[in-house]
Amino acid sequence: MTNVLVCIKRVPDSSGEVLLTADAQAVDARFVGFTVSAHESCAVELAVRIAAAGGGAATVLALGPAEAVEQLRAALGVGCSAAVLVEADPVGFGPADVAREIAAVVAAHQAAGRTYDLILLGNDAADTGDFQVGIRLAYELGRPVVNGINTVEVADGAAIARGAGADGGVETYRVPLPAVATVLEGGVEPRYPTITGRMKAKKITVEVVEPRPEPAGSGRVLLTLPPAQPSSVEVLGEGTGAVPGVVDLLRTLGVIR
Amino acid sequence: MILVFVETDGSGATEASLETVTFARDLATRESGDGGGPVHAVVVGALPDGTVDQLGAYGVTEVHHATGEAFSAYGGAVWAAAIQAAHLATAAVAVTATGSPRGNEVLAHFAARLGVAMAANVVGCPTPFAVAQPFAVSRQVFGGAVLEEMRLDDRPAVFSVAGHAVEGAPSTSTTTATLREFTPEVAEADLVARVVSTEPGEPDRSGSLRSARVVVGAGRGAGSADGFDGVVELAGLLDGSLGVSRVVTSLGWRPHHEQVGQTGSRISPELYIPCGISGAIQHWAGCASSKTILAINTDADAPMVTRATYAVIGDMHEVVPAINEEIRRRRG
Repeated sequence: MTNVLVCIKRVPDSSGEVLLTADAQAVDARFVGFTVSAHESCAVELAVRIAAAGGGAATVLALGPAEAVEQLRAALGVGCSAAVLVEADPVGFGPADVAREIAAVVAAHQAAGRTYDLILLGNDAADTGDFQVGIRLAYELGRPVVNGINTVEVADGAAIARGAGADGGVETYRVPLPAVATVLEGGVEPRYPTITGRMKAKKITVEVVEPRPEPAGSGRVLLTLPPAQPSSVEVLGEGTGAVPGVVDLLRTLGVIR
Repeated sequence: MILVFVETDGSGATEASLETVTFARDLATRESGDGGGPVHAVVVGALPDGTVDQLGAYGVTEVHHATGEAFSAYGGAVWAAAIQAAHLATAAVAVTATGSPRGNEVLAHFAARLGVAMAANVVGCPTPFAVAQPFAVSRQVFGGAVLEEMRLDDRPAVFSVAGHAVEGAPSTSTTTATLREFTPEVAEADLVARVVSTEPGEPDRSGSLRSARVVVGAGRGAGSADGFDGVVELAGLLDGSLGVSRVVTSLGWRPHHEQVGQTGSRISPELYIPCGISGAIQHWAGCASSKTILAINTDADAPMVTRATYAVIGDMHEVVPAINEEIRRRRG
């Protein structure tokens, strides 16, 4: 039996225009809505598959405001069977703080008889882009960690994880459980929730945990938007009429002879 | 002293690592502040011939090379143990690496082991570096859509440098780097999570996309999984690679390893030709360092068009086959 904990984060959807709050401490998401990163959607999918294959359970965790229950419910809707919310304003929490909070939940659950063989996180959060929570969590727990993996399976008490290497090849890791792994998008296709999945998710009580007081913080001073670059585009023409000009340009740039 | 974790490929230090060395050297030689002193490099595992001289030309005074069986295969923890040993030996006040997957991973391990903060993907430093002064960095968040000014009060200051934050440039003063080989002792626990096997990538995987001189891109404008014939042919005619936007892989039209953007490959070709790509910020994050961009799009106001160097306003399904035809015609 393999029990999996998967950690997600409620983040503003920044695929469109990005606005900042008046105090320049956060992105103003009032008009764009919230989501989780693509990496984490894949981590949830992997967690659900591993739990199902090994007859275990997948638990989803988020550190965020009360509204993050929305993202937790989405994960419950695709097959996680329990959810934990560490209720806090994430702006005040640096990556080391978040790792400590997750580790505290893992320790509390372990004391109550619920252990996690594998903990999955996204490789990096879509908003803060710190690239370190999973690794810091592994050190907090004294477990091995593999980073930036696309797929992970469990066999004979070990996690077999695969990801892209620096030279474009596929690298395989084999680490004994319990372990931590951070996931990059691309290895699995996240499933959509079914109607029955959603109905089930509504009935599950989300465990709400209070964080410890006085986090160290992230060091954030303020956010700024990069200066808008004035457009200097040279339009070569419309439709196929532009084609001779395009091929001339390709020759000038030296990409064709 | 600033210590740079330098990654190598078959021929020497990677381009991105040379950028980071340049960034560190600029920081070290700023007029105000104490700059942190000379720049040292640490290399773990393979050290191709000529790398020490190459790093010397970029202003590195000493190259610390971690050797030994423990480093024959990659592992984040064990490589960080080597950085930690080099840090201990040099008492570096700042430790940095390029913001590559491996650079960020090794630095995160290093920072966790020391219990200090780490800033990922730094693009600049508003204040000069000084050992005993507050230090702030400016870094990319939200996939590059937003910049964060972040205080980095811990020492060593640990930060990765975003790709293309600066252009790599050799030092104007001549430096000869000395090589110092060392074999740090490593704990058993640090050897647990190492690569056990590597399969070579398929010929057209993301590795070649990242290093391609020409990339032809396609987005939602392709229309369906059958809409890529023209761009695939153009990529072939230009001896380039095909790159696609996220929507294309999400819809299952093309495989994920062709994706360009925040959660795909970051490319820096001489020429990028995005066709039918509107240019969401996540895509821009992956292609912003293209030298020249030629956008082909029906919408003259699409961000990809307004940010491009050149543009053709039109349907990729008409324009791209006509370009292919014209290239073939001129070649005779």
